[in-house]
Amino acid sequence: MANIKDTLLEPIVVNNPIALQILGICSALAVTSSMKVSFVMCLALTVVCAFSNFFVSLIRHHIPGSIRIIVQMIIIASLVIVVDQVLKAVAYDVSKQLSVFVGLIITNCIVMGRAEAFAMKNPPIPSFLDGIGNGLGYSVILMIVAFFRELFGAGTLWGVVVLPVETNGGWYVANGMMLMPPSAFVLIGLLIWGLRSWKKTQVEKADFKITKNSQPSEVI
Amino acid sequence: MASESVQKTLSVALVLCVVCAVVVSSAAVILRPTQEENKLLDLKTNILASAGLLRQDIDVETQFEQITSRIVDLETGRFTESIDIATFDQRKSSKDPATSTALSPANDPAKIKRRENYATVYIVSGDSGLEKIILPIKGYGLWSTLYGFLALEADLKTVAGIGFYEHAETPGLGGEIDNPKWKASWIGKQAYNEGEIAISVIKGKADLSRPEGAYQIDGLAGATLTTRGVHNLVQYWLGEEGFAPLIGYLKSGDA
Repeated sequence: MANIKDTLLEPIVVNNPIALQILGICSALAVTSSMKVSFVMCLALTVVCAFSNFFVSLIRHHIPGSIRIIVQMIIIASLVIVVDQVLKAVAYDVSKQLSVFVGLIITNCIVMGRAEAFAMKNPPIPSFLDGIGNGLGYSVILMIVAFFRELFGAGTLWGVVVLPVETNGGWYVANGMMLMPPSAFVLIGLLIWGLRSWKKTQVEKADFKITKNSQPSEVI
Repeated sequence: MASESVQKTLSVALVLCVVCAVVVSSAAVILRPTQEENKLLDLKTNILASAGLLRQDIDVETQFEQITSRIVDLETGRFTESIDIATFDQRKSSKDPATSTALSPANDPAKIKRRENYATVYIVSGDSGLEKIILPIKGYGLWSTLYGFLALEADLKTVAGIGFYEHAETPGLGGEIDNPKWKASWIGKQAYNEGEIAISVIKGKADLSRPEGAYQIDGLAGATLTTRGVHNLVQYWLGEEGFAPLIGYLKSGDA
């Protein structure tokens, strides 16, 4: 049982897809300017990741090695289209804001990466949980980033005014930079820094070591 | 292994494609009616909001009952019945060479490249006839084409409201065209002065004590190009190429 728990919870802190594997950064930059939109994106990604893992794992013994990537791709793409259609039907406003990014879950490295790395070698149920776990790992980072971006960029949280902004007659001068995608880079960078100071094992070994400058006496 | 043979590869690919195709297409077909409904509801909400008529406490459909949609032939400036309003898609028709006119760069201040030949306008009518008219407007800002509505009061020259429902301008700068405070600054401004377009978005603050103040809207700080785009597109759509002929006919009562 401990194994199942690990599969589910490990990707959240220990093996986080964004902070450690540095996957799925593109959507993490693009959709995190508001918490509500990020939440729907996280939900969509978690569902797609879990089910694509499940289905890939279900037919893993029948997938010929020569076309395995394309088979995973078809399963992922079909799921994404279904999710996109459902969103358009039930949450039209949010799907308008997410626009192309739901479609881009297809190319999200996390989904593909988990299908190839985990689902191809493990039974359906653990694969499903691994998908949920990785989706949650992605969600945790996205929600933290969105929290800071929405709070400091627009003065709101989940659309509710927390810091009344100056342009609407309040006192808070909004930080426009926070609403732009590059600010997420800074925030994710800080998160990774924090995480690695806490979990030292995540720090990669240096590829090379800088040696001392040569002494003048050695040069001559 | 058996799964590596050519036959197996082909059959797996085929079966998978068929299964996925069925799943995807059935999802699309089953959900289409709800999606269409959402799209229409969203459009109606935007139309109501741009005219300042949107109320939270009443269902959008009920609120929309006071509005009649009419199609205008932009060539003649008159209403036309030759197009079926239920199936008319203005966005699509502006891209189709058969139903739109190419604009030369000199003639295209709003940078829309093609102008559709027909446009849907929305009329709010009350006991005394026309109360408000809501006109579709679009044009290029800094990064994107802005799509929106401009509403005029019954006198056909006082602005009743403006709203953009689709754009991709910089959040916090050009994106401030969505700011309710800025949109409110349009209300009550005069679009025409003795039949000539007079409304303009200016750099800085409009001086309300001077007569020009009634025609001027403050530009957005830090969003010069977006503001200029808004200025150009409003001028274009209220001009001779846009809805000015219709407004003329509406005034004389033979649209």
